[in-house]
Amino acid sequence: MKIVVCVKQVPDTTEVRLDPVTNTLIRDGVPSIINPDDKAGIEAALRIKEEVGGTVTIVSMGPAQADVALREALAMGADDAILISDRAFGGADTWATSSTIAAALKKLDYDLIITGRQAIDGDTAQVGPQIAEHLGIPQISYVEDIKVEDGTLLVKRKFEDRSHLLRAKLPCLLTCLSELNESRYMSIGGIFRAYKKDVQVWGLEDMKDTVDMANIGLKGSPTRVRKSFTKQAKGAGEKINVPEDEAVSIIVSRLAEKHLI
Amino acid sequence: MSKNVYVFAEQRDGNIQKVAYELVGKARELADTLDEKVYAVLVGQGMETKADSLVAAGADGVVLVQDEMLAEYTTEAYTKAVVEVIKAKEPEIFLIGATAIGRDLAPRVSARIHTGLTADCTGLAIDEASRNLLMTRPAFGGNIMATIVCENHRPQMATVRPGVMKALTADNTRTGEIEELKVEFSAADMPVELVEVIKEEKAVADITEAKILVSGGRGMNDAENFNALLNPLAEVLGGVVSGSRGAVDAGWIDHECQVGQTGKTVRPDLYLACGISGAIQHVAGMEGAEYIVAVDKNDGAPIFDIADLGVVGNVDTLLPKLAEAIKEYKEGK
Repeated sequence: MKIVVCVKQVPDTTEVRLDPVTNTLIRDGVPSIINPDDKAGIEAALRIKEEVGGTVTIVSMGPAQADVALREALAMGADDAILISDRAFGGADTWATSSTIAAALKKLDYDLIITGRQAIDGDTAQVGPQIAEHLGIPQISYVEDIKVEDGTLLVKRKFEDRSHLLRAKLPCLLTCLSELNESRYMSIGGIFRAYKKDVQVWGLEDMKDTVDMANIGLKGSPTRVRKSFTKQAKGAGEKINVPEDEAVSIIVSRLAEKHLI
Repeated sequence: MSKNVYVFAEQRDGNIQKVAYELVGKARELADTLDEKVYAVLVGQGMETKADSLVAAGADGVVLVQDEMLAEYTTEAYTKAVVEVIKAKEPEIFLIGATAIGRDLAPRVSARIHTGLTADCTGLAIDEASRNLLMTRPAFGGNIMATIVCENHRPQMATVRPGVMKALTADNTRTGEIEELKVEFSAADMPVELVEVIKEEKAVADITEAKILVSGGRGMNDAENFNALLNPLAEVLGGVVSGSRGAVDAGWIDHECQVGQTGKTVRPDLYLACGISGAIQHVAGMEGAEYIVAVDKNDGAPIFDIADLGVVGNVDTLLPKLAEAIKEYKEGK
């Protein structure tokens, strides 16, 4: 089975802090990681390959630094890696990003495409389903279990109150949850192999027969950011640091005043 | 010419979801600003009798798309239904709840229609000068907020998490037009076969519905403490227990009960935060609560910056006393 996994390199947002003086994001020294849901996607692909054979190709769109994320995926056991990178692709919203990635995927031979559900820096969960639509293939999002049966996929898809067991023919696209699996670590041998391999870099020129100039980059993005700002903290109320019994009676009286008890 | 504000009214097992009424409430405000109308789009089977409730919630009309194939959600059939409505009605704005269904459906629809989509908006307003929709959403794990516009494509699409907007009080005297839009479905609209629907066996309480939440974080120390201290308190308050990401990651409470950026957004009447430091990711999910009481031993915990009443104290000893005192108060009333 030919599997393509789409990954994004993201800042570890759990490490992002606000500068208390300027109230701006401190990005210096924040480590970049493979987006957690995407990493589960790599692991899922490797397991399918181990079970039924095939190849795992990793595709990422981003700046040159994303090479590190692709090498990590190679070190986990992926066969090939492609970095979609060109200034012309910059400033893209989810629509233009998915159009660009779909244009790259059209140049590849695939049976199954796996993406993470959402990236931790944007949290949109839009790029996976939009890629599927641009390619005209079915999608199953929020995947929590995958089985391969006679060349079809039996997939469990999670909702808030239920799951769907779905059977999909190939090709199709899955977006998976980080809970899907525990992803493996890079092996020492894998790291050596990863740095001997080439990460292919595809720019606009390499994709000119599949890409539509009207649908890429900032100009091809239907949405744009009007402004960004740090949230105004809601004003603090009353804070008390008093003996316990007194504190308890203050809480009770406040709750009573508000008719909460 | 695009016109009017449309809302996808999500239903499960024939029950219209709370988020649909919340979105209709917000759509009412946006449409009044634009001097336009609100329509709810109800996709399913046998939903005719339920449509009136959307009118009572503030819609001027309901567009029904019904078929056997639409009884349970599937991506392609629902995408087709919504796309057909958009083609026929040309909405100015289209809102969808950011549930597991909405977040599957909305990007597929936006890609097919070729329009922009803004995910998980926490604020929606109309720009007076351009009449464009201003869509505000958190990014970077809630660390920054961005206001997004979609100037040249219609409809302007946004998803909104359940619990973020407020539903209007139902007014059963309101009247509206219920229209059924005919869409033909065939086997080709079901490229993925739905083999089985597995309902959650565990009856996990829906924390987005609760009026009172007693929420615990890492400061509760262990699972035993978490349950032994929070359950009696929730019981005496008539509330439900929820948790921060720390508590969920530690396995003390189910993920379905997680409050915050990667969990759920709640706006209960009372949010009692116990041993929760108040990381920005957590605050993003609960700051809409009417009244916030926080108990934490760390005087500098950020939760105190947003709490209406902050109590510096030890949860282990304070919470049992609080449960007892509330019980006494209620009995004495």
